[in-house]
Amino acid sequence: MLVIRSGWVVDAGGGRTADVLVDGGHVRAVGVDLDVPAGATVLDAGGCIVAPGLVDLHTHLRQPGREEAETVETGARAAALGGYTAVVAMPNTDPALDSAAAVREVLGLGAGAVCDVRVAGAITIGRLGRELAPLGEMADLGVRLFTDDGDGVQDVRLMRRAFEYASSLGVTLAQHCEDKVMAAGGHMHEGEWSSRLGLPGQPAEAEELMVTRDIALARLTDGRIHFLHLSTAGSIAAVRAAKADGLAVTAEAAPHHFSLTDAAVAGYGTVFKVNPPLRTAADVAAVKVGLADGTIDAIATDHAPHAPEDKEVPFDQARPGMLGLETALGLALTELDLPVATVLALLSWNPARIAGLESEHGGPVAEGRPANLCVIDPTATWVVDPDVLASRSKNTPYAGRELTGRVRHTILRGEPVVVDGVATR
Amino acid sequence: MNHLLSIADLGPDGIEEVMRVTDSFVEVSERAIPRVPALRGKTVVSLFYEESTRTRLSFEMAAKRLSADTMNFSVSTSSAMKGESLRDTCQTIDAMGIDALVVRHSSAGVPWQVADWVGCAVINAGDGWHEHPTQALLDCYTIRGRRGSLEGLRIAVVGDVKHSRVARSGVLAFSMLGAEVTIVAPPTLLPPSLEGWPVEVSHDLDSVLAKVDVVYLLRMQAERQSEALLPSLREYTARYGLTADRVQMLPDDALVMHPGPINRGVEIAADVADLPRSLITRQVANGVAVRMAVLFLLLGQGPGGGTDARG
Repeated sequence: MLVIRSGWVVDAGGGRTADVLVDGGHVRAVGVDLDVPAGATVLDAGGCIVAPGLVDLHTHLRQPGREEAETVETGARAAALGGYTAVVAMPNTDPALDSAAAVREVLGLGAGAVCDVRVAGAITIGRLGRELAPLGEMADLGVRLFTDDGDGVQDVRLMRRAFEYASSLGVTLAQHCEDKVMAAGGHMHEGEWSSRLGLPGQPAEAEELMVTRDIALARLTDGRIHFLHLSTAGSIAAVRAAKADGLAVTAEAAPHHFSLTDAAVAGYGTVFKVNPPLRTAADVAAVKVGLADGTIDAIATDHAPHAPEDKEVPFDQARPGMLGLETALGLALTELDLPVATVLALLSWNPARIAGLESEHGGPVAEGRPANLCVIDPTATWVVDPDVLASRSKNTPYAGRELTGRVRHTILRGEPVVVDGVATR
Repeated sequence: MNHLLSIADLGPDGIEEVMRVTDSFVEVSERAIPRVPALRGKTVVSLFYEESTRTRLSFEMAAKRLSADTMNFSVSTSSAMKGESLRDTCQTIDAMGIDALVVRHSSAGVPWQVADWVGCAVINAGDGWHEHPTQALLDCYTIRGRRGSLEGLRIAVVGDVKHSRVARSGVLAFSMLGAEVTIVAPPTLLPPSLEGWPVEVSHDLDSVLAKVDVVYLLRMQAERQSEALLPSLREYTARYGLTADRVQMLPDDALVMHPGPINRGVEIAADVADLPRSLITRQVANGVAVRMAVLFLLLGQGPGGGTDARG
């Protein structure tokens, strides 16, 4: 039994000061000055926000295949420390998560983890973009999102078929939008900085071509699409228009696309290499507007751990990707000029709905609901130190950056898995 | 100055300092025994991950004329072929107690990474499409030798600017010393953005030639044709090559330069390369003296006790 004492409880319904009583994995009572039952653990939440746990639509856990960079266990711990109670593991593992057997393996690894680990399945076999993966058998295991993330599905005819087939399963396709031919050889955003630094770039249009193509396919098939990590002003404008047209389109943006620009690449630091690449200040501004006006539904980390040997190489040979789970909330609270409830919508209940997890995560903090919660100190300042992050990798671009807002406690199915910023197991 | 990574880092004062020190080493190069003991006991290692005969030899000769020990890390026969990482290779060489690493790599930015990993001085001998600072320094020195100064000179840089480290360093250095730079190229061979570049742009070489003091030709590589950046080398030559006819359009005292190796008949006509106004061999000769100056400024006691050698 657990009592979360004197926090400002915020969920999609609003905010109020209350104690939250948790027992048997569920919230049993929410109210002012609840009696603390004998033997109950008390977690202080004074001055803190008590919210539904965060949900990450876009996590690379690297298992199976690249356990030197991250495992389900270490990634889940990083997630819990970041306030997440659920993450969606991306299927670009080795082998890819393109079958029921592969999905079952990761779900099994996640069963004992300190965060609810869900899986996105691949759209095509081996993520090779040639043949449809068995979406049905994966959907039967509860998979609700399908993506070839790391790559976009290039073949427009195959993507059309995927839209059509997925519609019968009640699942959502999620696309990493990148026209491969247009982006070929590009290692950063194509523009002023790539020109100055002598690095081959990929233009914003390589992303936007696929966004507009998939909007056309959604219209054609009456299908549903979620756009992963949108990074350009043009992409966001296209999604805004598609939503205005009533299409079933959702979108996410990653914290690095509202907190860093391509100018960060100037010293050739490979921690700043990511795909989609860091864009211009105008794109960053457009991402912020998209988050504020609801064009972008969710903040998703694209947490992409890499071992040192994949990053301590020339910039054009380094793998793209950066850590995100432990810094996303702090970045959102520090960088976005949005009400806390809006930030939490972007980090918790909106992504929970997109992932089909709303019955367990992101729901109201109310009697009878699953106790997947986080407690956030919105005024705590801290400095990002790669050496103390829980991820197995250290490739954060935010080393030394001061953030305001930190997770204090995380509760998964009633269990305090993070207490006072420390993972309990 | 701890490293020479880019013209951008060096700045106008740094360039001027290299020019001044180069003057004294030109004199050394002209001696019967062109060798001074300035860097005796120092070790300079060249680490070339990309083929280059002239730059490597030029650095080696510069180091030898300063009495430094020189070593060559040849990538094709080395541990890099056995899968050793760049970082491990650099740190292994550094651990032998060397004083400078001269680095050439096909990836932009590598000298910055190497400078982070090692304790010795790092000299960028060309990184990808990015910079080739000693080339720009020797070009500035060569122009200065003929015209006294670059202040107010009009310099046309012609050709594949997009893929050219020579152009990136050259444009910066020329403009830092007061020259007005025009880059002349088909749009496919320009960088995607010229935001912040101190240049004018033209796609019409003929209209530029009559008004220049220096025409600087870049090497055109045959593979640009297969990347659909050019219809053909023949068309490139017709529009952007310095042909015998085009040379007639130049002012009488205009100079012709090229970083080498030249493609006779592509960016420059065979007989044009050999005209008296062509400084191509002068550039190579000055390259040794400029690199002596760079090595000396990094590793030796600066003139007058060392303080003014630190840019």
